[in-house]
Amino acid sequence: MKKVLSILVFSAVAFVAHAQSGVDLESADHDAFDQLSVIRGAEYFGEYCLGCHSLKQMRYSRISKDLHVNEARMREMLLFGDNKIHDVIQTSMDPEVATGIFGAAPPDLSLVVRSRGADWVYTYLKSFYQDSKRPYGVNNVLLPNAAMPNVLWELQGPQAPIIEEHGGKSEVAGVRLEHPGSLTPRQFNVVANDIVNFLTYVSEPSLLQRVPLGKYVIFYLLFLTWIFHRLKKEYWKDID
Amino acid sequence: MNRRGDAFREWLDERLPIGQFLEDQLLKYYAPKNFNFLYFFGSLALLVLVNQIATGIILAMHYKPDAKLAFDSVEYIMRDVDWGWLIRYMHSTGASLFFVVIYMHMFRGLFYGSFKKPRELLWLFGMVIFVLLMGEAFMGYLLPWGQMSYWGAQVIISLFGAIPVIGEDLATWIRGDYVIADATLNRFFSLHVIAIPLAIIGLVVLHLAALRTVGSNNPDGIEIKKNRDLVGIPKDGIPFHPYYTVKDLYVAGLFMAIFAWIVFYSPEMGGLFLEHPNFDPADPMKTPEHIQPVWYFTPFYSILRAIPSKLGGVVAMGASIVVLFLLPWLDRCPVKSVRYRSPLFKIALTAFVISFLGLGVLGTKPVTELYTMMARGFSVVYFAFFLLMPIFSSVEITQPVPERLTESVVPLSQRKGFQWRLIEEGIRALEHVPVRYYLNNLLARLRGKN
Repeated sequence: MKKVLSILVFSAVAFVAHAQSGVDLESADHDAFDQLSVIRGAEYFGEYCLGCHSLKQMRYSRISKDLHVNEARMREMLLFGDNKIHDVIQTSMDPEVATGIFGAAPPDLSLVVRSRGADWVYTYLKSFYQDSKRPYGVNNVLLPNAAMPNVLWELQGPQAPIIEEHGGKSEVAGVRLEHPGSLTPRQFNVVANDIVNFLTYVSEPSLLQRVPLGKYVIFYLLFLTWIFHRLKKEYWKDID
Repeated sequence: MNRRGDAFREWLDERLPIGQFLEDQLLKYYAPKNFNFLYFFGSLALLVLVNQIATGIILAMHYKPDAKLAFDSVEYIMRDVDWGWLIRYMHSTGASLFFVVIYMHMFRGLFYGSFKKPRELLWLFGMVIFVLLMGEAFMGYLLPWGQMSYWGAQVIISLFGAIPVIGEDLATWIRGDYVIADATLNRFFSLHVIAIPLAIIGLVVLHLAALRTVGSNNPDGIEIKKNRDLVGIPKDGIPFHPYYTVKDLYVAGLFMAIFAWIVFYSPEMGGLFLEHPNFDPADPMKTPEHIQPVWYFTPFYSILRAIPSKLGGVVAMGASIVVLFLLPWLDRCPVKSVRYRSPLFKIALTAFVISFLGLGVLGTKPVTELYTMMARGFSVVYFAFFLLMPIFSSVEITQPVPERLTESVVPLSQRKGFQWRLIEEGIRALEHVPVRYYLNNLLARLRGKN
């Protein structure tokens, strides 16, 4: 009775909370175990993101080891300049210069998936729209007045805002593609997803260790529990 | 070897009778034989305490208590220290499960009246451990130096500022600065790693010593020491070792399997055990939209928020914990176990549990008008349960208490009350469901899909 009631209370509260959430996030098909996707994501990151964003909690060598990518390949996709393989991934952009250009230093993205969630990053990458009022000509539905330019626009193609009226106030409700970029929308989704997968992996590289290991630990502990249970039964058989 | 071993034991026993001590504590300690599910949480709490100390020692080897380095040093543990992620997740999961275990342990006390005479002191020691544990968890949560660590601590410590006259000075004194800063982090590290664990261990010893003196309560809430055989052994008692050591071992195995499942597959527990904003480093210039403590503090946090005035909220939150200390004197009913108490008490206890859980859930939500109303309602029930207890517990019409112990779990058919009949009906209805047919159908469908 108690349980039933507490579940009822809990679900009622959960339902109300759900109804109040703001912008709907698109769900990324994120999977840090999709190694090819993660490697592609690393390549895109090197090409489009690393110019401004660091991954200072992550070492090149860790990526090389985890993704089975040798140093020569790393030099092509991520490990640029005179950085060494055991260094942490730092952008070459000076934060003060960046603040001068963008108005805010681009954040470190080592943990962005853990703090914001994979779906958020995925939706963010896809939610840029043309806005002539902003210094770089783009704005973002998910993060209004984001300082970041839309670095992937050539791939995606420019997007226009969908504006809805709410009580006399116009709000950007979504985006639509103005004219296609060099990729089809479906191909672009894969690119965004690859970047999300790479960042998911970077946010928690131990994911690749813990998930495959867990079942053995649990199996062992359950086996131990079974032995202890037999032992308990043996000792307790005389107790009425 | 054997003779040498015996000689050594003899030599040791003359100087430090450790064998005698263990014999008295384990073999000659008689515990009631009908302990059920709710009685495992004491030993599980001890297990988690050991886990926290062991993993904490390793974490402290790699962690840097410095506002500039703390956040990165945690990530360093997560990435560059061999098995550091495992140790850290064991520590963070252990912190949350410590509270799960302790809340169950306290609920057991409430359910079976384990706080009543002669166990008042046992309850008080336990309550002091609970308060220390909250301090320990609160200070430990600052150490990763994430956004939620920082702002959570900022909010909670600023509460001291609500105390008239000395408040602001007191808050500054606690922080060691005008805001949460490096000084705060350093002192919290010291307290979290040395002072409070030492105090907790000391109190656990006292808690156990008090338990051994008065003996364990049981699901029937009767004193087994009143019924002794000719040599003075309680008739309903069994030696703690080997009976309860093997039983606890078995449950510890099960608990560790669940623990491992969380550590390996869901260490964040959907943002409950490790909150998402805490993966952003602390930034004193950027207040998060929505500050909330970790789940185990949320019932008390809800009470704090339910009161419109800051001082009132602080007083109410303090009172919600202080009132737990008074429990042995608030409950006037001579019958201990819920099994033989009146429906009135059962209803009150149910209402209390619902409001405690409700407050807990509400504490994780942003403030809205509806939630504030609900939190106020639940807070009223929370306090009413304790404050009305002296009245309803003294007029209760209880059932006769048996002379000797009964089952550890009362069979469904012997339980009184319509809800048990409903459950019985439900189970009977389920027995007629063609489970195998559905399963086969499902399997066939899955095969077809692949």
